[in-house]
Amino acid sequence: MGLKGSDGLEVQQRARQLGAEPLAQHRTAEALERLCALPIELLTPPAEMGEAVARRCGLDPRLIPTSSLPAESPGFTTADDTRRAAQAMRVAGVDLILFAGGDGTARDIYDAIGSDYPVLGIPAGVKIHSAVFGLTPRRTGELAAEFLRGRHTRLHEAEVLDLDEAAYREDQIVTRLYGYLKIPYRREYVQNQKVPTPAGETVQAQAIAAEVVERMRPDRAYLLGPGTTTRAVTERLGLPTTLVGVDIITRNKVLSMDVGERQILEMLEKRPLGMIVTPTGGQGFLFGRGSQPLSPEVIRRVGPDDILVISPTSKIAALRGQPLRVDSGDPEVDRLLSGYIEVITGYREKVIYRVSA
Amino acid sequence: MKPVAPKPMPRRFHQARWDEPVIFELSKLGQRGVLLPPVGAAIEREAGNPARALPDAVRRTIPPALPEMSQIHVLRHYARLSQENLGVDLNIDVGQGTCTMKYSPKVNDQLARTPKLTELHPLQDESTAQGILEVMYRLEGMLKEISGMDRVTLQPGAGSSAIYANVCMIRAYHASRGQDKQRDEIITTIFSHPSNAAAAKVAGYKVITLYPDEDGYPDLEALKRAVSDRTAALLITNPEDTGIFNPRIEEFVRVVHAAGGLCSYDQANANGILGITRAREAGFDASHFNLHKTFSTPHGCGGPAAGASCVTGTLVPFLPVPTVEFDGLKYYLDYKRPQSIGKVRPFYGVAPNILRAYAWIMSLGADGLREAAEVAVLNNNYLMKKVLAIRGLSAPYAKGKRRIEQVRYSWEQLTRETGVHSEEIETRAADFGMHYWTSHHPYVVPEPMTLEPTESYSKSDLDEYAAMLKQISEEAYTDPQVIKTAPHNSTVHQTHHEPFDNPDEWAVTWRAYLRKTGQKEG
Repeated sequence: MGLKGSDGLEVQQRARQLGAEPLAQHRTAEALERLCALPIELLTPPAEMGEAVARRCGLDPRLIPTSSLPAESPGFTTADDTRRAAQAMRVAGVDLILFAGGDGTARDIYDAIGSDYPVLGIPAGVKIHSAVFGLTPRRTGELAAEFLRGRHTRLHEAEVLDLDEAAYREDQIVTRLYGYLKIPYRREYVQNQKVPTPAGETVQAQAIAAEVVERMRPDRAYLLGPGTTTRAVTERLGLPTTLVGVDIITRNKVLSMDVGERQILEMLEKRPLGMIVTPTGGQGFLFGRGSQPLSPEVIRRVGPDDILVISPTSKIAALRGQPLRVDSGDPEVDRLLSGYIEVITGYREKVIYRVSA
Repeated sequence: MKPVAPKPMPRRFHQARWDEPVIFELSKLGQRGVLLPPVGAAIEREAGNPARALPDAVRRTIPPALPEMSQIHVLRHYARLSQENLGVDLNIDVGQGTCTMKYSPKVNDQLARTPKLTELHPLQDESTAQGILEVMYRLEGMLKEISGMDRVTLQPGAGSSAIYANVCMIRAYHASRGQDKQRDEIITTIFSHPSNAAAAKVAGYKVITLYPDEDGYPDLEALKRAVSDRTAALLITNPEDTGIFNPRIEEFVRVVHAAGGLCSYDQANANGILGITRAREAGFDASHFNLHKTFSTPHGCGGPAAGASCVTGTLVPFLPVPTVEFDGLKYYLDYKRPQSIGKVRPFYGVAPNILRAYAWIMSLGADGLREAAEVAVLNNNYLMKKVLAIRGLSAPYAKGKRRIEQVRYSWEQLTRETGVHSEEIETRAADFGMHYWTSHHPYVVPEPMTLEPTESYSKSDLDEYAAMLKQISEEAYTDPQVIKTAPHNSTVHQTHHEPFDNPDEWAVTWRAYLRKTGQKEG
């Protein structure tokens, strides 16, 4: 289909009118085929949200009730339905929530159940930029089967992204970190193939955190950017954190959580702030259009000398020799950040890497 | 009679699979391999009981829990395990990039087994060990000539150990100038051997790693940003594991020297440059060789290997003790070196490997070393030409340029088109009695494969290896399941890696295994 993205009921209806059968049904069937032979119990919402395709695969699912669909639009599901279904499955205590869709569906699932429940996405949408999907529907089914059999049980927090729709329709990819979902991880089976083993990832993050904490001055407050690598810092300090938001912390306590640009600028009036950030969003951006609340003004006021960049080596390697990118929206600020920067990659370990606008 | 048809290619290989237990599980109480006769009365009268002369501190009160087995069972056990391996003696081992898996001449093993060497004790009087001291002295001289450096020590037990010795000497140098506290950073590159970063860390340094630019060369501009008055040293391998020679290596050295740091050259990849270019001419202060890579001594499954550290006059005062000296009449060990870093290993070096390396170089001579390098480069570029014709394979960086002694390839295109990964191809190679190494981590080159033919393999060996890769590539495009379910003809089949994440699910010694499973020893 020529349309990009299918958020919102109107766009869905148009797609139907143009003759496209929802992709999700086909793709889900491909994935479910890999689960047919297993002695598992399948819970699914009724009709088009799961039951139909499950039965077509020869499975006999238990039904989870969700709210009724809008009477004037039979056969369509909304984000609300997705959220309710996910919550119901979580309450029912399933071992794995399998969903079909794209980035939009991933965001709905995240809104509903957060980051600490095993989930896996069957890629069946137009926009698959989030790292929570299997490589193909079939691989997704295989990975789900392995996970349910207890054969591959490593879990990994994968990024859920928000894609700027307006920019996308103009052929620009501008992503924002929206949240994290916990997925079973096997490198050859998922979209994001650049992660080392989850155990290796954890160890690296801890080493980076040890280095960062040593560098933090006792009298200083720091803006902590989103991401799992920055979270390792707060974990080491024994402080709470928001995974997706920006927090302001000192070595001893949290000053403010999930702050907006205005709060940051107000704080900067009272005291200097350092900044600790890690690239997120999977596109190699250090600061992108979606980096609010770390806006160009905030970056300018903190200054490049007080910005500490941290990253596991796998993210650096994944750049394939390309520089880290900055696209804050302000060319002056981009220029300030361009050149070579230090990236902390471990305890007493760093990389000197190129940044360009 | 009709002639027998020639053997088909690819080889219809199948590895032995003995499902052999751990040797401790084969132990049977009371079994012995050798029954010693009792000591005769006359001997006992004359010699007494020597065991009583041992100090109490080394006398066991409880016997060691060695497995109790007869000779035939010990022999059978290890022979079976040896059939479940691949190595230079068995397969076309060109897949182990940077390790330089060349032929270890068996005649040198015979030399090393002479009682004249095996019965030597490192602490016996030097006057009775002149032979081995002469061999060490002469080998040092040869390595001086090959590297261009002023002095060599053969004390390190391996490559990483030699790098560590170089780092310690550099640290001592800066300490002698009162700058060791200030200079606490060492710079290296991501394509250098990870032992460079590791040795630096163990020696207490902060490590700065440079990534390659888009062409695969170490980033000179990044180096300029990395150096400062905190720089102690640059540790760099050249050519790097990509097989690409850094054309600006001298500039790298200049930049670091200008900042007051020293430069150490990791010559693990020396096999393609013997007699062609030297560490000295590039301006390095120290270098090291792996005798088990370039100079044919056996790789020994992780040890014992042998390393050589080579230094210029700047670092000579800091060499480990003792050094091997010659006064015109006799060879002797010199401990009177007040600025020495001390010892990096017990005694003086791995003598049997020093002997093997010496014999190997003597059998080739200077011309032969140069020829070995040239053939290694030729073999590598021949193999590269052949394998780059395989669908889905590429050699990133330095497009159109030749490589030195190894190449880092990428299966990225094949992975994109078929979903088959390099590690899966590597596993399938075992079905043909072959193997390759991907890369160190992290994978900067995606889906990597690093091949180093060396001079030891013939054209038909290289053809067979390339044919194996071609076969697997074709399978990836037509029948990927046979790859995904490999190996089929090997000693083990697919294994799970997840248990390695959890220390409760593995043990590296029998004793640890008993402890973790709550069993008793013996």
